Amino acid sequence: MNALELRGLAKTYGNGKSALRGIDLDVAQSEFFGLLGPNGAGKSTTIGIIASLVRKTAGTVRVFGIDIDRDFQLAKMQLGLVPQEFNFSQFESPRTIVVNQAGFYGVPRRVAEQRAERYLRQLGLWAYRNEQSRTLSGGLKRRLMIARALVHEPRLLILDEPSAGVDIELRRSLWEFLREINAQGTTIILTTHYLEEAESLCRRIAIIDQGTIIENTTTRDLLARLAVESFVCDLAAPLTAVPPDLPFTALLLDAATLQIDVAKGLPLNEVFHALSARGIQISSLRNKANRLEELFLRLVGEGRVEVGHGASE
Amino acid sequence: MNRWRTNLIALGTIVHKEIGRFLRIWLQTIVPPAITMALYFIVFGQLIGPRVGAMGGYPYLQYLAPGLIMMAVITNAYANVVSSFFSAKFQRHIEEMLVAPVPDAILLAGYVIGGIARGLAVGVVVTVVALFFTDLKLHSLPLTVVIVLLTATLFSVAGFINGIHARNFDDVSVVPTFVLTPLTYLGGVFYSIDLLPDFWRGLSHVNPVLYMVNAFRYGFLGVADIKVTTALLVLVVLIVTLTCYALWLLRRGIGLRS
Repeated sequence: MNALELRGLAKTYGNGKSALRGIDLDVAQSEFFGLLGPNGAGKSTTIGIIASLVRKTAGTVRVFGIDIDRDFQLAKMQLGLVPQEFNFSQFESPRTIVVNQAGFYGVPRRVAEQRAERYLRQLGLWAYRNEQSRTLSGGLKRRLMIARALVHEPRLLILDEPSAGVDIELRRSLWEFLREINAQGTTIILTTHYLEEAESLCRRIAIIDQGTIIENTTTRDLLARLAVESFVCDLAAPLTAVPPDLPFTALLLDAATLQIDVAKGLPLNEVFHALSARGIQISSLRNKANRLEELFLRLVGEGRVEVGHGASE
Repeated sequence: MNRWRTNLIALGTIVHKEIGRFLRIWLQTIVPPAITMALYFIVFGQLIGPRVGAMGGYPYLQYLAPGLIMMAVITNAYANVVSSFFSAKFQRHIEEMLVAPVPDAILLAGYVIGGIARGLAVGVVVTVVALFFTDLKLHSLPLTVVIVLLTATLFSVAGFINGIHARNFDDVSVVPTFVLTPLTYLGGVFYSIDLLPDFWRGLSHVNPVLYMVNAFRYGFLGVADIKVTTALLVLVVLIVTLTCYALWLLRRGIGLRS
């Protein structure tokens, strides 16, 4: 049984705009799943339908085998949602918000208080538990929405752009937290604009564009399709120009930083050898981030193009 | 999953949240009606009242008191639900309930009970204020309680419907200003419709507030311009009709789900 099954999900808004054009999607239990797509692709509409904030035009949604149209109460019990925009009362305290949310799911107040304390502590909000939520920083507000989504202990957690407006340090701690709860068995679906985030967290990724799923595969498979891998090299000595006869593409980012794009299959030993032979010494090397971003842009930016068949950028 | 228990806890949570909200801002919700009604009692009761003389067989102030109490209950029950529900929509925290397994009827009931609670709280405060100015005779306690509960229910449901349809803060104030206030002022709060010419007296009978005010006054004084059974029937029919409409709106997701 899958954690989520979407079949023929379609949504046409009142103004005639078709946001979803009959998508099918399966998310297995305990999976960390990424749903990517450009703005307006249909990600938030999909999530809105699953969480019943948006009315679907056609199709079915099953959460752990439960059809949301047939037994919405049981289906919703399985779901926790962290929306993109802040949607809690600005005048209530984090503690009240989280305890009340548990109550909406039928969690008795005594249990709700205990769970609220646990999640507020885990997410570093305990010190702010009695503050008015409007006084919290953006990052704290984001964490508050995660605590609120977890308080009824859902089996499926959906996060819509959870890192939006969050600084790098907080983003990393958020990733760790999400990895932990995923390891404990919670299925997670994540939409994000930070493709590095999807690459780091998600085992499977679906890419949605113009209301249609255009890719749905493992992250590894998606990355494997990249014909070229990019590295950023810090140079031991400054360089004024890239030697013209290198057996790979190189780009001087600045005098001390060289980016090299190496075709898959070319041993790195040969790369180092070629650089050494031209008097270029490397002090450190790192993978260029956002490999997924490159693929993503190829898929949705300029129309769908073939990748992974030796084609270079 | 015990659905009854789940629903009961969800209902209790919404009610707790709603009552907590108006108690937290008591300076905006409880005190102003008390001051307004005290002014009504001073101006209409103490200053103008003695010149008006008896009405319905009672001194004017005694006749006026039940009407003013009912007016406070109506406006506060309505205002509580419409402002709270629209605010939840505006700040989008209504989504907390929409994503949760809260049935539409529980959502509606939670807000309506919150509205009734505020209506009754203000009603009690205004009654206490009234006791500073006049003696309050009580003809029938059960009838008084039933009428005030049904009236608070009706206007709470009406406020909920207004909250669903409202798209901005203007929409929240339009109905109270242009509909509720005229109906209340022309609904026999300050006078007996026996004073009106035939045409206006007949027209007054289409004003539902007339039935509520008079039935409530009957509970206190034992006098009314209408039959109490008619008032009860009007109240029940309106509550059932508006509740069905509110549930239909929720089911369709109008104003809430895109």
